[in-house]
Amino acid sequence: MRAAVVVFPGSNCDRDMAVALRAAGADVQMVWHKDAAMPDNIDLVAVPGGFSFGDYLRCGAIAAQSPICKAVVDHAQRGGYVLGVCNGFQVLTETGLLPGALMRNANLKFICKDVDLVVSSSNSAFTSGYGVGDTVCYPVAHHDGNYSIDDKGLARIKDEDRIAFTYTDNPNGSVADIAGVLSENRRVLGMMPHPERAVDAGHGGMDGQALFRGLFDQMVSA
Amino acid sequence: MKARVYVMLKNGVLDPQGEAVRHALGTLGFDGVKGVRQGKVIELDLADGTSEATVEQMCEKLLANTVIESYRIEVQ
Repeated sequence: MRAAVVVFPGSNCDRDMAVALRAAGADVQMVWHKDAAMPDNIDLVAVPGGFSFGDYLRCGAIAAQSPICKAVVDHAQRGGYVLGVCNGFQVLTETGLLPGALMRNANLKFICKDVDLVVSSSNSAFTSGYGVGDTVCYPVAHHDGNYSIDDKGLARIKDEDRIAFTYTDNPNGSVADIAGVLSENRRVLGMMPHPERAVDAGHGGMDGQALFRGLFDQMVSA
Repeated sequence: MKARVYVMLKNGVLDPQGEAVRHALGTLGFDGVKGVRQGKVIELDLADGTSEATVEQMCEKLLANTVIESYRIEVQ
């Protein structure tokens, strides 16, 4: 699996993401926000967490207009895989690759803790390593993770089995406890919790490993 | 020329910051504040002759997230 990790000014989970992908067997390259194209033959683009462009205007809004994001959208439209975590999820909603938007947490607080998630769909390369209903523990660290989508959009993603993860104890006010959402073709996943921070027993658990392994298996067999 | 863009959360979208401000006003003794909505104002200093349609494109592409926000343009 060949993966690219996007780096914006203010990204701070880019290296964690690269470590998690490499641990799963991926060949990883970092790409800078000013790059206008992806390296050749990239299977997966990861948009990491952080505070791209200082969260100015809206979280992810400026990053979504950067040259590399045009390449991310092209990659997704060609059927490529994209994983957006935390700020990366915010960027993907701002580009329109994923529906909905991330708003300020309902309690207005920055939330930094481990949360339990339920795997809501295992029908994607990201979640094929889990069973539906499995509970996994990932860290969250965000101020704007309150997922918002209109009723029509919510009905649609439910019908299409595109809710990947839900919170067991909703920390941020997200509609329908949604923690992660898939695109229509199931190859783009955005989520607020950090699977890349759950791939080392010494750093709070291994529950995220199956996500990266699932991706790797998909790419190898493809 | 100058333009002002007012960006607000759409009606029906819960505004947690506005709610916090409403509570704080109540705590200060200002009774009867039934609702507070918080938004932002963006002032643009533009080349003369810039059309309102261009400002609208700026709003659609960047200044507002029309999934959750509405906007109003005032050209001065």
